[in-house]
Amino acid sequence: MEIKVKENCTGCGLCLKVCLYEAIKIVNKRAVINENCIFCGACVDACRFRSIAITGPETKKYDFSDYKGIGVFIEISDGHINDSSLELMIKAKELAKELKTQVYAFIAAAGVNSYFQELCDYSADRIIYAETGEGKEINEDALKELLTSMISTIKPEIFIAGATSLGRSLMPAIACSLETGLTADCTELSIDADERILLQTRPTFGGNILATIITQNCRPQMATVRPHVFKKNRIEKSGIKDLKEKGRHFLSDFSDILKNLKTKLKLDESMEDFQEKINLNDFDVIVSGGRGVGGEKNFALLKELADILGGAIGASRAAVDSEWISYPHQIGQTGKTVNPKLYIACGISGAVQHLAGMQTADRIIAINKDPDAPIFKVADLGIVGDIFEVIPALVKKIKEEKS
Amino acid sequence: MKFKIMVCIKQVPSSTEIKIDPVTNTLMREGAENIINPFDVYAIEEGVRIRERLADIPELETETVAVTMGPPQSEKILREAISLGADKAVLLSDRSFAGSDTLATSRVLSAAAKKISDVKIIICGKQSMDGDTGQVGPEVAQLLGFPFIGYVSEVRSLDNKKILLKQLKEKKYDIIEAQLPVVISVLKEINNPRIPGLKNMMKAKNASIETWGIKELMIDASKVGLDGSATRVVKIFKHEINSNTKMISSDLKAQIDEIYKEIFTYDKN
Repeated sequence: MEIKVKENCTGCGLCLKVCLYEAIKIVNKRAVINENCIFCGACVDACRFRSIAITGPETKKYDFSDYKGIGVFIEISDGHINDSSLELMIKAKELAKELKTQVYAFIAAAGVNSYFQELCDYSADRIIYAETGEGKEINEDALKELLTSMISTIKPEIFIAGATSLGRSLMPAIACSLETGLTADCTELSIDADERILLQTRPTFGGNILATIITQNCRPQMATVRPHVFKKNRIEKSGIKDLKEKGRHFLSDFSDILKNLKTKLKLDESMEDFQEKINLNDFDVIVSGGRGVGGEKNFALLKELADILGGAIGASRAAVDSEWISYPHQIGQTGKTVNPKLYIACGISGAVQHLAGMQTADRIIAINKDPDAPIFKVADLGIVGDIFEVIPALVKKIKEEKS
Repeated sequence: MKFKIMVCIKQVPSSTEIKIDPVTNTLMREGAENIINPFDVYAIEEGVRIRERLADIPELETETVAVTMGPPQSEKILREAISLGADKAVLLSDRSFAGSDTLATSRVLSAAAKKISDVKIIICGKQSMDGDTGQVGPEVAQLLGFPFIGYVSEVRSLDNKKILLKQLKEKKYDIIEAQLPVVISVLKEINNPRIPGLKNMMKAKNASIETWGIKELMIDASKVGLDGSATRVVKIFKHEINSNTKMISSDLKAQIDEIYKEIFTYDKN
């Protein structure tokens, strides 16, 4: 692939301004493109003189007809299928309809058959599984080998997993073994049905821009997806009581692979030494506090609101750095990225790093004294006011309405 | 016995703020300078600390090497890595690396690890500030056949054969023992990076930094850069931020009613 600047370049510098990668310099009144260039084409669009052209290598036609179906990695924690995996099953079904193909659930767990019915209810057309043995937790090293061999045997055209800490560590290793592409942390997946291409959209540059990425010449097309981006709709029960009705191709057993796996990792112990056990992504509602909360004690106010809404407490970096609340609550670029249904920002000004962690929430309510606080730009509802007046009054109203 | 610690760092813009050009309606990056990816500073510090901790093992020759893949000007961050305590640095730069995705980047970095030789621990930051993928660490590990342990918050103990690590999981920490060599990615909470001393600053200024390209690394040009990348960016666009904020500036009662409506009407959908 090549990018060329033609003779008619005037050196006007428009391309310079739009290049996000500092790949263009003006030398002797002409644009010169350096090795920072990722061929995104922003300069080509910006040039008013049509002086920049990207020429691709001859696109080879690959035959991917062996690859069929959409694979979903089913993650188990504490004896349950993760919500993020179920969200992906629903999304996979949607994508599968467009591709007129099937959804395959990939699962490895102790007592693995106890999950089959639920996967069936979530419209799995086929389950690719391995039994890890009762009481044994499979380690990441072994799991990635197992999944790699499952995928290379089953050959799904698309393979997706939640962007959980497990997913974000396993998927790159698998993609690398299979020499295929992987897009991390997607917030949108769609299909180009003619080309059978998965369009993978993800935030980049600290969430400031979105990039759509494709894997054109390799299979499977792999992506991790942020938890809570897709809805976990209530499902219709499949009505299948006996899985045998699904036919003998419904289940594929890979348990044998595990027997021969050697691992270089050993789990010594697991500790739950957070002050509070919290995973913000488990909650639909997050009430979050920033510098405006003013102190550790005042978080009780937010907690009260969060409790009646069945939500969790989040915080900006300012509040965590002031030690008003612990790190697992921090939301933003150096903390957690969350996608709740409702995000209530209290006394948070909305630095770009904070916005990066929460702006994909479904609904955002911001309460801040400063009418110019940047948080209002991403909010659906902006309340210019004092959180110490607004929140108690709100709590009171909710309680009254409830009783 | 040689024991090398390789630290992978990346040059990123100091600000990820993006504006829209009001005339052309295209994206513009603010004229910001380039810095070491903030998460990688913790990786450098940990690389230096690990070398220091191994100092009392006899006949072990240790060295911490900072490595970056990028354009020639990324030499600047390598000098900074030396000022932060790295013993030496190598720049991986070649026109044909341009446009590499994480897979192609990992091929270059793993080739560098092989050329450096005797690398026992590779340390990466959690993720980069601009790309945010966090994929390069696990991919380098896979290409080299090393285990990968991500989100490490503490190196409990280590010797020249194994390492005991505290790893952050979704709701807990795991203590993992791994046989060396390994690749790890570290969290911000792992250490407090030191301030460069005068001696290291001088060393950084005078260090000679080698540049390795496809020839030195003996990699096939078709496996790196845009041609060697499995993924391709087809569109870049500004995050549509909600500009229809409904603002309510006065009357507490109206504000409360509005919030109530927002919370509970939506809830029923």
